[in-house]
Amino acid sequence: MTVYFLCVVLLTMGLYCLVAKKNIVKKVLGIVIMDYAVNLYLIIIGYKTGGVAPIIEADMPLSTLERFVDPLPQALVLTSIVIGLGVMSLMVAMCIRLYEKHGTFDMSVISKLRG
Amino acid sequence: MANIAPQLYALLVFMVIGSIVAIETRNLLSAVISVSAVGFALSVAFLFLGAPDIAITQLVVEVLVLIILIRGTILLDNTAVDTHRDTLAVVTSLIFFGLILGFGAMIFGSRGFPEFGQPVMRVSKVYVQTGLPATYAANIVTAVILDFRAYDTLGEATVLFTSILGALALLRREGKVSREEVVAA
Repeated sequence: MTVYFLCVVLLTMGLYCLVAKKNIVKKVLGIVIMDYAVNLYLIIIGYKTGGVAPIIEADMPLSTLERFVDPLPQALVLTSIVIGLGVMSLMVAMCIRLYEKHGTFDMSVISKLRG
Repeated sequence: MANIAPQLYALLVFMVIGSIVAIETRNLLSAVISVSAVGFALSVAFLFLGAPDIAITQLVVEVLVLIILIRGTILLDNTAVDTHRDTLAVVTSLIFFGLILGFGAMIFGSRGFPEFGQPVMRVSKVYVQTGLPATYAANIVTAVILDFRAYDTLGEATVLFTSILGALALLRREGKVSREEVVAA
């Protein structure tokens, strides 16, 4: 259970970084940390004690199938990691564009300039 | 296979410390590198948890994240932002922390949340049993991605393509030149 608790701690730290920091690149880093926490949580849920990776080898005894860890969260997290990369690159592109337009990463300065 | 809990705890504590450094440091480049250290520790943790495919993907993605984030920060000079402590944000984070823990305990506590090391494999049992005869893929994760749940992968490719298109559109140097300007030039 402590493992789940540490994952939630990591998620909350990412949330704090997202909410509290004025620097928009710091906000992006907070989202990346939350991404890590959720992915790790899903993989930990699928872990089996003494488990092996779900890869079938030649002349493997049939009883090894019982020791496989859960392959379903692994497949979905594989998708999620790659999507996280795409979304992060989009956010960094927005940050670079905002910097070119306003000359700063400070959220409070950027949000004051309206129109 | 031995008990992996000590290694997992060590990696998780390392990740938490790396996140604290990344959040609290003033230098943006140090923050980016700390987040990447957290990502590499995550890759090692996946390796311990019996997920080599995820570990490889996480490693590759982490290198790309590092390159993209450094591109976003290193060439720009005015990156320091003087921050002041925001009590509202701290309170919001703590409230959400409590809400997540409370709802988690409420929903899963009574029905028997799976303990660490004892997963509920109701759906995956079928995948493990029929993966090789149905798809001829030795790696069950590959069988799930490319055969049992191939439509999810199609959706993933769509999302990835769209986000890259958006990034390219944002970073494009010049807009479209109209036909008359080309002819005039």
